[in-house]
Amino acid sequence: MPTKQPDYYKEFNKGLWKENPVFVHVLGMCPVLAVTNTAMNALVMGVATFFVLTVASFLVSSLRNLIPHQVRISTYVIIIATFVTVVDFSLQALLPAVHKELGAFIPLIVVNCMILGRQEAFASRNPVIISVLDAIGTALGFMLALFILGAVREILGDGALLGIKLFGPQFEPWVIMVLPPGGFLTLGLLLLLFQWFKEQKERLVEHLDKLEAKTL
Amino acid sequence: MSNLLWIFVSALLINNFVLAYFLGLCPFLGVSQRLDTAFRLGLATLFVMIITSICAWFLNTFILVHAPYLRLISFIVVIASTVQFVEMLIRKLSPALFRALGIFLPLITTNCAILGLAIFSTNKGYGFIEGLVYAIGAGLGFTLALVLMAGLREESALAPVPQLIKGTAMNLIIAGILSMAFMGFAGLFSAS
Repeated sequence: MPTKQPDYYKEFNKGLWKENPVFVHVLGMCPVLAVTNTAMNALVMGVATFFVLTVASFLVSSLRNLIPHQVRISTYVIIIATFVTVVDFSLQALLPAVHKELGAFIPLIVVNCMILGRQEAFASRNPVIISVLDAIGTALGFMLALFILGAVREILGDGALLGIKLFGPQFEPWVIMVLPPGGFLTLGLLLLLFQWFKEQKERLVEHLDKLEAKTL
Repeated sequence: MSNLLWIFVSALLINNFVLAYFLGLCPFLGVSQRLDTAFRLGLATLFVMIITSICAWFLNTFILVHAPYLRLISFIVVIASTVQFVEMLIRKLSPALFRALGIFLPLITTNCAILGLAIFSTNKGYGFIEGLVYAIGAGLGFTLALVLMAGLREESALAPVPQLIKGTAMNLIIAGILSMAFMGFAGLFSAS
């Protein structure tokens, strides 16, 4: 069979863990740190980014043969900005409280380098279905990372998750975690943990290879 | 006058764009290995910020009153074309400066600090002079954070740190400590 079937599952799955945009590629840092002071904000931001990335990937991929090469970046940016405007106004209507808290960071989704990166690296060169799957996978990975970060910071800094108190009244909140420094520190430590897991896994694989070589 | 001073100090130190608002983190983490390049990038960003604030004021005052929903799209288009224009201008007027800035100049388009500046100063309803002062404060604050970070990274490059922690993880932890130090500025103006 000469034509290779695209591996849909692989394209979808890679964004979740192996090529997680936040933990592996360290992309889209600004919203990651700025809005993850509570799990709820992180979740809303994740959903907003999910919508923008998926729709933009769909559109860019369907128009990929029509967009002139020289102005492709500007075209992507305008497509992204259009959908961000849609998200901005929808959130303002549906969840005014959260919209107020996220403030300027919803419009700033436009300059999230992860979104533009996916358009340039993937959606502009691949058919529609696979581009959308790639976008969904990447966006879910982004959402997952945001949620982990938001949950850790909210639990440590506020003793709560999604606004529900987890500990008794004697819990002393670690306020610095919901303030800006907490964002840097939490992400730094999470990256460290991620790196450590990766190294442990590599070591395990190496060890198993050695064992196999011995028994053979 | 004191109002302008307050806007300036607030953007420079207390609400530092990088360390308090998390804007412009990509260059902050990406282009801070060396002190001199960090400084140049900071100055280029300052320059674009000033021009952006002027353009944003014009757009807000004369055009977007009629169509506020186009704000985001027009801002991003204006910023992208301004960066392009500044690039051509510098190349024509001062080739030496152009070579010194190199790739950083076009990359400024995707720096969220620029768009953030335009949006923040619109949300706060700043006038022309206030917006300009805000842009200068924010740009200098960005430069300050970048230079501090580059200095710390140059110092720690030779430190005996475990291999595991080197790289982004350590940079983020350094940034966290830096951000904590900047929180101290929050008390600067509350007394007066």
